[in-house]
Amino acid sequence: MAATDATDAPDATRTADAPLLAVRGLGVTFRTPRGPVRAVDSLDFTVESGRTLGIVGESGSGKSVTSLAVMGLHRGADVEGSVRLAGQELTGLSEKELSRLRGRKMAMIFQDPLSSLHPYYTVGEQIAEHVRVHFRSGRAAARKRAVEMLGEVGIPEPARRAGEYPHQFSGGMRQRAMIAMALACEPDLLIADEPTTALDVTVQAQILELLARLQQDRGLGIVMITHDLGVVARVAHEVLVMYGGRAAEQADVDTLFADPAHPYTRGLLDSMPRLADDGDDGPLRAIPGSPPSLLAPAPGCSFAPRCAVARDRCTQERPPLLPYGDLPGRAAACHYAGSPIAEEAAR
Amino acid sequence: MTTPTHAAPPAGSPAEAGPAALLSVRDLAMAFPGRRSATGRRGAPVRAVDGVSFDLAAGETLGLVGESGCGKSTTGRMLVRLLEPTSGSVVFDGRDVTRLSQRALRPLRRDVQMVFQDPHSSLNPRQTVSRIISDPLLVQGWSAADARRRAAELMELVGLIPEHIDRYPHEFSGGQAQRIGIARSLATGPRLIVADEPVSALDVSVQAQIVNLMERLREELGLSYVFIAHDLSVVKRVSDRVAVMYLGRIVEIGAKRDLYDAPQHPYTRALLSAVPLPDPAAERRRERIVLLGDPPSPAAPPPGCSFHPRCPKAQEVCRTERPLLRIAASREVACHFPGD
Repeated sequence: MAATDATDAPDATRTADAPLLAVRGLGVTFRTPRGPVRAVDSLDFTVESGRTLGIVGESGSGKSVTSLAVMGLHRGADVEGSVRLAGQELTGLSEKELSRLRGRKMAMIFQDPLSSLHPYYTVGEQIAEHVRVHFRSGRAAARKRAVEMLGEVGIPEPARRAGEYPHQFSGGMRQRAMIAMALACEPDLLIADEPTTALDVTVQAQILELLARLQQDRGLGIVMITHDLGVVARVAHEVLVMYGGRAAEQADVDTLFADPAHPYTRGLLDSMPRLADDGDDGPLRAIPGSPPSLLAPAPGCSFAPRCAVARDRCTQERPPLLPYGDLPGRAAACHYAGSPIAEEAAR
Repeated sequence: MTTPTHAAPPAGSPAEAGPAALLSVRDLAMAFPGRRSATGRRGAPVRAVDGVSFDLAAGETLGLVGESGCGKSTTGRMLVRLLEPTSGSVVFDGRDVTRLSQRALRPLRRDVQMVFQDPHSSLNPRQTVSRIISDPLLVQGWSAADARRRAAELMELVGLIPEHIDRYPHEFSGGQAQRIGIARSLATGPRLIVADEPVSALDVSVQAQIVNLMERLREELGLSYVFIAHDLSVVKRVSDRVAVMYLGRIVEIGAKRDLYDAPQHPYTRALLSAVPLPDPAAERRRERIVLLGDPPSPAAPPPGCSFHPRCPKAQEVCRTERPLLRIAASREVACHFPGD
């Protein structure tokens, strides 16, 4: 297969037991005419090979900025902290070094496939070009690889479809083509930013199934960024809940849904209408207010203005993300997580 | 057809509405002209909506669900006459309003209002909230002072602060902007509101507020809703009855509980099984019906049952003969082989 790569020198910095992706103290600040905007603040997370980390958040939570910063695509923003891919530090790398890693080691897919597919070239040409750049393979081999990939992501008649342009593809097929392009160079890490949000639910089911299969076949590490807790429940192994640019809570997926520690997570889960409910039992438990503006961050906990648990301390003192409970990897950023006050408010 | 007049019948209060349907839709169809090819020849018309019929009782909510391109939004727009149907009829409160002139429509405009998906783009950014909410009243002949007073009342009713009446839409969050859109729709005292994806552009944590608001308003004001959405959990929550659309037609319609507990059309079953549940344990246990392919284009609908190319149960007859809606398991289903 064209995917064996002779050009890649062994990584001196790679340590055998380093996680696939380790993000430590990530901060992203945008300079705007209205002052600096802290979009992401002191974020830590880890993704292992073959695992999916779901990053959940609403508008302004910083979830998409996080993914762009990991990929080194955060144009014009100040980034601090450390991003290590299989032990190799990515912050501080030149654009040239980064673009060699993008595609080859890590790839990204977006909500709108047209943002990464060029309208002037056929889908096959674009995937082949990608393969040629990263593997320095010949035209014929690259072309063959493109057709192979289109077949692998479930596009019928891949040889014929490779000769078509993106506009000739339906929404679901475009998303498959973008996945084919992202995975053509066999990256170890895939970052998927709301990849199914624009799709119909029956097509979403197909794409999520496809990603799960590709993960199993290739041991791919996936970061799934979404606002949809249903999608997280279906695909994630670990979950990071973001609010106002920070981690609100981290846990494995079962624990998060069974026993949410942060009042925001709990509020989200309580407020959702459920397919399993009758829907006739009183009003939903809505969270009051709206997500915070990053332009005017509150001094304390950014969820405090909407939080039923909040006390004076919450509006003055920012709660740090601290280990919570006995399970490893579980953490919550709430002064009252697990306290009787929080239990009371949840009732 | 009724003769267009502009003497409006008095708007009856919902309590007076008899057993007859408030809204009665028959064989509603919308065909958009086909796209011109490079040679200038027009393609076949696109039948976005192709024979939709249903009744809605006063105080009832009908959920209209389906995927993109199924014709649910086009149907909604025809109900409020934002789009002129190609054929079929819309009877509101015993009166055929399908072909009334714009002028004769004015009373209908008072009784039937619409709420849109994107709250910010459906509000004029250059108008204050006062102007936005009172505009429909000024059209109905209210004085400026009365309309403004009413606008402030409506703001309070939908959970906004009346003191913000002179602010502009950009000063409000998405959820608040949707409240403004709802207040505007209520200004004329309508009996029916057609809501087209009213919560899908909102943040998850805000959606429940708007769902609760719409449910409270329905109760307090005796409203009826046609609630158009792709989110099956939200639709289950708000609806009494649900209609599932596929490629311009209703494939299943019935009481919410019947439809969700025991869907009879294979498309309804697949749709319900595709919804991701916010419950990891349930997700792992679940058996999903994953459909092949995408919904077909309404410009080139498949022959026979339009769902047959994706249907796990399709037989020969499904490829040749279009199934009509008929009663099965106490709801209506358009399938040759309804049930399990």
